Amino acid sequence: MLPGVMRLYVAVAVSTFRRYTAYRAATAAGVFTNIVFGFIVAYAYMALWHERPNLGGYGREQALTFVWISQALAAAMALLGGGFQEELQERIRTGEIAIDLSRPVDMQLWWLACDLGRAVFHLLSRGVVPLAVGALAFRLALPQSPLMWLAFLLSALLGAVVSFALRYLVALSSFWLLDGAGVNMVNGLLTMFFSGMLLPLTVFPGAFGETARLLPWAAVLQTPADVLLGRHHGSGLGRALLFQAGWVLVLLSAGRAMQLRATQRTVVQGG
Amino acid sequence: MRNKQHHGGRGRFENNGGIELEDVEKVFTLRRRTGVLRRSREEVRAVDGISFTVAPGEMVGYIGPNGAGKSTTIKMLTGILAPSGGRLRVAGIDPARERIRLAHHIGVVYGQRTTLWWDLPLRDSYTLVRRLYRVPARRFHRNLDRCVELLDLGALMDTPVRQLSLGQRVRGDIAAALLHDPAILYLDEPTIGLDAVSKVKVRGFLQDINAEHNTTVLLTTHDLTDIEQLCRRVMVIDHGRLVYDGTLDGLHTLGESERTLIVDFERVLPPVTVPGARTVKTDGPRQWLAIPADASAAPVVAAVAAHHPLVDLSIREPDVEDVIAAMYARLPRG
Amino acid sequence: MARALDGLRAYRLIAAMWIRSAAAYRTSFLVTAIGSFTASGLSFAAILLMFSHVEVLGGLLLPEAALLYGTSNTALGLADLTLGNMVSLGQRVRDGTLNTLLVRPAPVLAQVAADRFALRRIGRIGQGALVLIWALAQVDVAWTPLKILLVPVMLISGAAIFGAVYIVGAAFQFCAQDAAEVQNSFTYGGNALLQYPPAVFAKEVVWGATFVIPLAFVNWLPVLYILDRGNPLGLPTWLAFAAPAVATALCAAAGLAWRAGLRGYRSAGS
Repeated sequence: MLPGVMRLYVAVAVSTFRRYTAYRAATAAGVFTNIVFGFIVAYAYMALWHERPNLGGYGREQALTFVWISQALAAAMALLGGGFQEELQERIRTGEIAIDLSRPVDMQLWWLACDLGRAVFHLLSRGVVPLAVGALAFRLALPQSPLMWLAFLLSALLGAVVSFALRYLVALSSFWLLDGAGVNMVNGLLTMFFSGMLLPLTVFPGAFGETARLLPWAAVLQTPADVLLGRHHGSGLGRALLFQAGWVLVLLSAGRAMQLRATQRTVVQGG
Repeated sequence: MRNKQHHGGRGRFENNGGIELEDVEKVFTLRRRTGVLRRSREEVRAVDGISFTVAPGEMVGYIGPNGAGKSTTIKMLTGILAPSGGRLRVAGIDPARERIRLAHHIGVVYGQRTTLWWDLPLRDSYTLVRRLYRVPARRFHRNLDRCVELLDLGALMDTPVRQLSLGQRVRGDIAAALLHDPAILYLDEPTIGLDAVSKVKVRGFLQDINAEHNTTVLLTTHDLTDIEQLCRRVMVIDHGRLVYDGTLDGLHTLGESERTLIVDFERVLPPVTVPGARTVKTDGPRQWLAIPADASAAPVVAAVAAHHPLVDLSIREPDVEDVIAAMYARLPRG
Repeated sequence: MARALDGLRAYRLIAAMWIRSAAAYRTSFLVTAIGSFTASGLSFAAILLMFSHVEVLGGLLLPEAALLYGTSNTALGLADLTLGNMVSLGQRVRDGTLNTLLVRPAPVLAQVAADRFALRRIGRIGQGALVLIWALAQVDVAWTPLKILLVPVMLISGAAIFGAVYIVGAAFQFCAQDAAEVQNSFTYGGNALLQYPPAVFAKEVVWGATFVIPLAFVNWLPVLYILDRGNPLGLPTWLAFAAPAVATALCAAAGLAWRAGLRGYRSAGS
């Protein structure tokens, strides 16, 4: 039996999941787009890895796998937009947030549950299909061992929480900024570039690359992809997951601190 | 106001504010998911053979329950939807074929939706109307001045629309729909959500415009008071068919519709008996008394107050649903 | 013809209203314009990163690949600025606000195209044009008058081809209101395709991009002509000059698709 509080958040996640199942046409359209982009990028990477085999430590098959994993996780991790933050920002802008804050639920956990429900839906719909298409069309380096898949799912879950925590910070900034568009924009760009969505971070050269691989965005896509590609063994796998968990801790705590300040502010203003 | 002469009388309603419908139909095909891949098709006759004529300068209420085919009819009259069958003329124009030409002759106001520019001063929305409809400058300013005066918009002209109250916004929308001198004005729930003062203002303005320009008005509403004060004629649509076309009084008589007097007494009383009213419900010190819609409430109120200690009292007008439900209860079905 | 002029006039009037509306949020405008500039710049950064590891990709040097990138992004940017918001037609169909456009005396296509006109989209054009200018200065080409003429012709035809895709995509939304994203596959996806050399892709992909959805005429064929490279499918190189004809035909087809979509909407309703 789950404790009552947990059950509430599970129910929230499940209901968000359900809500997304209603948008069939939108989901199908998204899957289609992921597949189209997957093919385009796959061909570009094949040309690149043809010129430079083993670039970034990936073989050709691993590079292609990276392409399809990026497409499979793009929607789940909200790498190209989407997710809960615009809804939350709208509630902050209109002041409806005061109602949320007065509810006997934890706002951060509530939105986390929502976003995870959405992420799971997107992983199952917009993740599985493109990856399967990619695996049919190209030779991919997907692991045989179920344990590796399990490790990947764990890493993907941590990645989803990091993605959430970053966007939660962005959304809460609306308490202080009149217009969230700028912060959204900056976060979107950073996510697109430093997650590995445009090019694997292992290909980024020198110190720039080393720094990029330590940033939180790396924990969103690059790490889960590398876990699936089997680039982390034994203690290395532990370190990779720890890296993600570290960012989860830091970012969720930052979100909590920000939420506290925002609550005080709202209370002072009288809602 | 009716006997004003119309200009250019080719044909009966040629190029003026008349509306003619002859056996107009609108059939929708619904596709419904019945299984994983299986779908069923179902035909829905949203408008099922409607015929009526509205003379230029008439103000007509067009009412019916939700989903009865009201808004589908209006969409066909404004050229948004093409009818599936029948003949339709608005100001002598076939709306589906000549949508753009028709647009110059009609004005449309949605009470629940604005066509004004949210972030711009009210004035800017009017300037766009002037350019889009190519209204000559002199006529535009004459119309605008008149609207500003009658609708009390003067102080609001430079206010961004998002800062207007609902009542101000609706008044702004009505003005926007009239700047190009439409012969026909469609109003969809124009007073919904408005406070009593705004309602009075809007109704008064519509009467003035109708009297001055002989503008034809077709009004859909849930508020029977709108119709009572504006329209001599009311049409009721239900299940895609015209079920009543006549005066509002006739509708009340037909439906035996009733107003409800809600009375709060000082203490719990047995159901009161007053001539001209009947007690339909009691709940503690509160009682509901029904009075015929066409009778005055004043003698009933006086009689109640004379014999029992009152705390508060209010009157609920019958709304469209009540009247139609009552009408059905009286009519032989078939 | 009179109707087209009416449409352009309505477009201009409505777009001007949106620009004035956006002026109410000046900082937001600046931020999003810079964002749009940077976002499209990031994809060029990815190409630069690729070329930091290789000399040649798909048979092209960096300035030559940049020529592809610059032309495709400028063309898409132009179409995106003028017609980009047709993507939200499905939303307007769903919430019923399309009907308010249908009672105005102006072509619906022009009104939908100008809807939420956003000058900030100029960011992509600016970024594409910058790369294009840099590429034109860097490439090693024996310029002839014909090649010089081909550059503006390519940009205008390319914008028209992408524009036709936007219109067809919007027409499709009359029947599938939630499918806005399919359109992205052909606009942003097409742009992603065209910024790489055609030699990178399988023959079938290039064939499809030439004959099925003729995106190859946006920049692949003209740029290959300018660079004196043969056609990857062995087609005659003069085909590069068919771009305006292809664009015209595509726009005509898009117009028909739009009319069919709108007619379907008006007879089926929402």
